[in-house]
Amino acid sequence: MVELKNKMTNNENHINKSSSQFAGETNNATDKNSVFLTKNFNLWYGDHHALKDINLDIKENEVTAIIGPSGCGKSTYIKALNRMVELVPIVKTNGEINYRGRNILDSSYEVEELRTRVGMVFQKPNPFPKSIYDNIAYGPRIHGIKNKKILDEIVEKSLRGAAIWDEVKDRLNQNAYGLSGGQQQRICIARCLAIEPDVILMDEPTSALDPISTLKVEELVQELKDNYSIIIVTHNMQQAARISDKTAFFLNGEVVEFDNTDKIFSTPRDQRTEDYISGRFG
Amino acid sequence: MKYLNDTTVMKRMKSRLTMNKVWKTIFLLATLLALLTLVILLVRIVSQGAAHLSLDFFNNFGSRFPEKAGIKAALIGSIYLMLIIAPVSMILGIGTAIYLEEYAKKNKFTDFIRMNISNLAGVPSIVFGLLGLTIFVRMLYLGKSLLAAGFTMSLLILPVIIVASQEAIRAVPKDQREASYGMGATKWQTIVRVVLPAAIPGILTGSILALSRAVGETAPLVVLGIPVILQFLPDGLLSQFTTLPLQLYDWAKRPQEEFQYVAAAGIIVLMVLLVIMNSIAIFIRNKFSKRY
Amino acid sequence: MASQGLGREHSVQDLIAKSRDKKGKRFVEKLMPIVLVTIALISVLTTVGILFTLIFETFEFFQRVSITDYLFGTEWLPFSGSEPLFGVLPLVLGTLKIAVIAACVAVPLGIAAAIYLSEYATDKTRRIIKPVLEVLAGVPTIVYGFFALTFVTPMLQELIPSLKIFNALSPGIVVGIMILPMIASLSEDAMSSVPNSIREGALALGATKLEVSLKVVLPAALSGIIASVVLAVSRAIGETMIVSLAGGATPTFDLNVTGSIQTMTAYIVQVSSGDAGYGTTIYYSIYAVGFTLFIFTLIMNLLAQYISKRFREEY
Repeated sequence: MVELKNKMTNNENHINKSSSQFAGETNNATDKNSVFLTKNFNLWYGDHHALKDINLDIKENEVTAIIGPSGCGKSTYIKALNRMVELVPIVKTNGEINYRGRNILDSSYEVEELRTRVGMVFQKPNPFPKSIYDNIAYGPRIHGIKNKKILDEIVEKSLRGAAIWDEVKDRLNQNAYGLSGGQQQRICIARCLAIEPDVILMDEPTSALDPISTLKVEELVQELKDNYSIIIVTHNMQQAARISDKTAFFLNGEVVEFDNTDKIFSTPRDQRTEDYISGRFG
Repeated sequence: MKYLNDTTVMKRMKSRLTMNKVWKTIFLLATLLALLTLVILLVRIVSQGAAHLSLDFFNNFGSRFPEKAGIKAALIGSIYLMLIIAPVSMILGIGTAIYLEEYAKKNKFTDFIRMNISNLAGVPSIVFGLLGLTIFVRMLYLGKSLLAAGFTMSLLILPVIIVASQEAIRAVPKDQREASYGMGATKWQTIVRVVLPAAIPGILTGSILALSRAVGETAPLVVLGIPVILQFLPDGLLSQFTTLPLQLYDWAKRPQEEFQYVAAAGIIVLMVLLVIMNSIAIFIRNKFSKRY
Repeated sequence: MASQGLGREHSVQDLIAKSRDKKGKRFVEKLMPIVLVTIALISVLTTVGILFTLIFETFEFFQRVSITDYLFGTEWLPFSGSEPLFGVLPLVLGTLKIAVIAACVAVPLGIAAAIYLSEYATDKTRRIIKPVLEVLAGVPTIVYGFFALTFVTPMLQELIPSLKIFNALSPGIVVGIMILPMIASLSEDAMSSVPNSIREGALALGATKLEVSLKVVLPAALSGIIASVVLAVSRAIGETMIVSLAGGATPTFDLNVTGSIQTMTAYIVQVSSGDAGYGTTIYYSIYAVGFTLFIFTLIMNLLAQYISKRFREEY
């Protein structure tokens, strides 16, 4: 428990540090480890070939943005990373997605274990119709943590981590549905942080939010990336440019270009990327 | 050249508008007739039965003499019967609904179960009585007991509970399940901790309404051979018992006019019981509805 | 960077790793689908049980009574000592009389109420009337039976002096009242699901509400309405307590509705409340009659499903 406290202060340090070093952060990726190494990955919905021969190397402690027009497969890809695509019964896949060196498509890979390490934040805020406290404690509880004191600590730490503690600390027992959309989304992020995942997948997390809430979530993403690897799908190119270190551009189920974000937005290699970011389609 | 002559159109218009008004009134009267029937039925029964309602009526067992006839055994029997039907039918009904909504794959077998349930819902209640008589009373040697009747009635209302539970489970948004799976929860954890808590108000509402149907049901119990006049209360699952509707059936059949008043008094008790159950169901529905 | 790398030895993840009861969890995950499918099979078993019971005991009955005598016999005299007659047609006819009278009451009133609720009523009226219809549908049949016997019959006797105390008319009307809410609410559902754009199309041409209701909405919702009527008539056929109390116990093979009759359901009740011993022909006869009743209602239910599926309008 003492250990946990230490981590908490540690975490706050990181957050402070990260906001100060934000400007100076460059993409010096060579010494970073891969979290998700995707090799020749294909995915079909029934007969529809939705993802074609995807090869991507996503590094740890970075924000990787995935952009592209609607229907390009970006959401499908991010949902493949924690195997949420399997909830659609007609999905077929082949190829490899290695999470920290192990192929998650392997039938021996426990999907629950993967999702415990790889958290997800969804397009629409989807808190449970329970109290704020129970929402955050959901993850730890399903994984067998019952000690009230530890849960209290985890809840506080996660809410602080998601920068919403001050707003909700006096009403932890109120239903999370009473909060605004932006607050709900940060509760969902906090809920995700509560099991301290390694990677956080975000599927257009701000698409249902107003500009101010969007800004808050974007700042949060910046703060989180020192402790977490973040992969974010967005249809908002400015957002990708603002918050990500690397950007992958998807089109018709293929990766057209994957590079440092500043490079993608300043000197894209591919004509289609340039067309897309300059707003000629999508 | 004009095909429509303005003056004839206007002339016809008047009669068309009158027809509209006349028929609107007819439709309204038809609707009100249904309501009127309900009012007559209630007024009639209350005026016949109110005088017979007394403490003695609740404390007396059945009797050959109208002035001594009471509903103690019947009321207690109905309540005991409910205590068996509620858990049995809800476990079976909710379990089936969870299976169909969360686990069943889209295949012939699932279609078969669904079709079977909708057909079962249309089987007359008296046929369930025949089923119970053969299977529970005779083959399983349960006799004309609370348990045999409880099982029979549970099967009778099972389709209603299944359908209501399915609807309630289906109404839980997909993103709730995704949120849970996304945290590494297993399927069963997701069902128990996310889906069921959100669906439980709808399930309860449907189940209570189904239960109230079982409480008012008579025919299957007659077929099972449940006795009508009992001078004792049931003391166990295999004990003999009687219920309110059975007692009412017996009183209504009797030739002496006095028994009509006794029956009316009994009906008041039954209806109050049903109103209470329905109010609870409506209360739950209103309290917990529309949260997403 | 390196120190942060160490910092990701997450304590919560450690706790999770320690506390996770993998075996137990996996066992539950494997077990639950099996438990649930078993429970789901109980509904199938119920159908199997009904079929088994009816077929088996009916077969026993036909060992004693010839199947042609049963199906085509016009006299049902099971209690007549030495030579009982088991011709089911009088019971079927009694049942049909009730169903037809009930339909005559419930179909026009039910559809009229449905039109009113769906096309004319304001939201507020609808919110009052629909619950009342639900209450009407929730009244136990024994109460309706009592109402038929003690109120409707005496009232009808004022109008038709020749009406017997037990007759087909009174329970038929009351069964009609009982199934009315079913027709009204199912038909209203069918009419409400006709999209407004279709109504607006007609209204914009200057049609009155009546014309829209009868010439546009009603035809569009017809399959749903017919299905509701078929279902309701099936319910009338299976109705037991009203006819047992007010219909009498005299199976007759004529078209008279003022005299005592007996329906299939009422016969089963009559035998069950008496003391026909287990194993007698009369005992088995209730299963044969129950089976006949089951076939009738099954066909009507399948018909209703077929109509609503086959002719479902796609908007």
